Amino acid sequence: MAEPAASSESYSGMAGLAVSLRGVTKVYDNGVNALGPLDLDVRKGELVSLLGPSGCGKSTALRLIAGLNAPTSGSVRVSRGVGQSRAGHSIGFVFQEPTLMPWTSVRENVRLPLKLSHAPTAEANARVGDALIQAGLAEFAEAYPRELSGGMKMRVSLARALVTDPDILLMDEPFAALDEITRFRLNNDLLSLWRNLRKTVIFVTHSVFESVYLSQRVVVMTPRPGRLSAEIRIDAPERGEEFRTSAEYAAYCREVSHALAPLQSGQPGS
Amino acid sequence: MTSLQTPPLSAEPAAPGSHALRLVRILLPIVVLAAGIALWELVVRLNNIPPYVLPAPVAVFRTLIADWPVLSQSLATTLVTTFEGFVAAAIGGVALALLFNQSKWLEYSLFPYAVILQVTPVIAVAPLLLIYLPQQTAVVVCAWIVGFFPVLSNTTLGLNSVDRNLAGLFQLYGASRMQTLRYLKLPSALPFMLGGLRIAGGLSLIGAVVAEIAAGSAGAGSGLAYRIAESGYRLNIPRMFAALLLLSAAGIVIYGLLALTSHLVLRRWHESALGKEN
Repeated sequence: MAEPAASSESYSGMAGLAVSLRGVTKVYDNGVNALGPLDLDVRKGELVSLLGPSGCGKSTALRLIAGLNAPTSGSVRVSRGVGQSRAGHSIGFVFQEPTLMPWTSVRENVRLPLKLSHAPTAEANARVGDALIQAGLAEFAEAYPRELSGGMKMRVSLARALVTDPDILLMDEPFAALDEITRFRLNNDLLSLWRNLRKTVIFVTHSVFESVYLSQRVVVMTPRPGRLSAEIRIDAPERGEEFRTSAEYAAYCREVSHALAPLQSGQPGS
Repeated sequence: MTSLQTPPLSAEPAAPGSHALRLVRILLPIVVLAAGIALWELVVRLNNIPPYVLPAPVAVFRTLIADWPVLSQSLATTLVTTFEGFVAAAIGGVALALLFNQSKWLEYSLFPYAVILQVTPVIAVAPLLLIYLPQQTAVVVCAWIVGFFPVLSNTTLGLNSVDRNLAGLFQLYGASRMQTLRYLKLPSALPFMLGGLRIAGGLSLIGAVVAEIAAGSAGAGSGLAYRIAESGYRLNIPRMFAALLLLSAAGIVIYGLLALTSHLVLRRWHESALGKEN
């Protein structure tokens, strides 16, 4: 790309946008052209899914938004909340694996972001307590990660991401490794959290069904280098078992699958 | 939420066969040891082998008891040397690993010399050290030279094998270098570090023995290795065996203590310290 400067900036005047990507590309040091150019806008309070085949750069896009990697070119803008306290952090990140510290308890794992930002102890204790209750982990606060099931570990990871009260929650295939029953439950929990807290959520997944069930908008990406291939708005106000078994849900899934299908040629069963 | 499967909060290995298996694993080596000693005694008695060629186990034990005042003194000397060398190796190894982890320049400049110290046989270095250093210091330095490298290399490995995503998380929340070191790198490295210390314990004993033998031939010293050398000159073979027995026992105890420490530190979270049942 000819653009000289890659910028990763924060603008408060983004007119209702939480995240805005413009012409973002990422070429890794080993020469892999992972992403883009990608344009993506996410409104404040929106729940958007990035859907695409493995290796299409979905996770890369998320890491760029989080500021964990810098884009090779293009601009990544993330709105910062105003007047956040010291314990606040504008972005929460949930990885595909629970990514917990095995050497310490659930409570200390959830406390980590607050500890790193030197939050006052009293405020930190209150926030950790709230986050644990919110995630249904109150009775497991003193357990160690290895003593928990996969679903519970993921809850800890979610509680940790929410403990700083972020404006934006980035989730990188968080439930991909879980069994379907646990995944359904966590999907519902995520939806009710989103409804109550009104966070902006960007959810990376390779499951058509999950993306339709959760999001207001599904962004379908092409194989590497990942680009925007299609956008499908899911206009269903009520989400729940009724929606999951409705003809409407099936129709959306079909539409998203069709958007995905032309991208799958030469990549059987991905 | 409540219907999620309750995780096992206490780890109770409940398999009925495992208890018997553990008993067998303890009993078998003991049976082998007893059989070996009995065979040894039998061979010596049946062939009337004189004690200056091969002493019978009973004779060795008798010497151990008779010479206990001398031998216990030497054991204490060797153990103190080993302990000093081990502590120096532990502190030096961990400190160097931390320095290397903080500064690549330092690592590139110094690591080759750490390797050179490690690959040069300590038995060849010991006489030189004895020339330049007071004897007690030289012996401790020998124990340190052989002991510090496993601590250094294991700790370095541990510091470099931090979970990539956890490191990303620390980066996301703007953790400082000190915070990353304290809350992420050191705990991640702990199992590796403890593994290195376990090796260093045994090696410190070897280093101490090597230096004592080198010093002994120079005409000074009173450690167990010196007793072995001295008894060899005097053809006091039973005492050689008795001293050797004490050295072995010391090595076993050192290893056992370090393994126990490692287990106690890691038992709540690390795979290596968990039973197979969990």
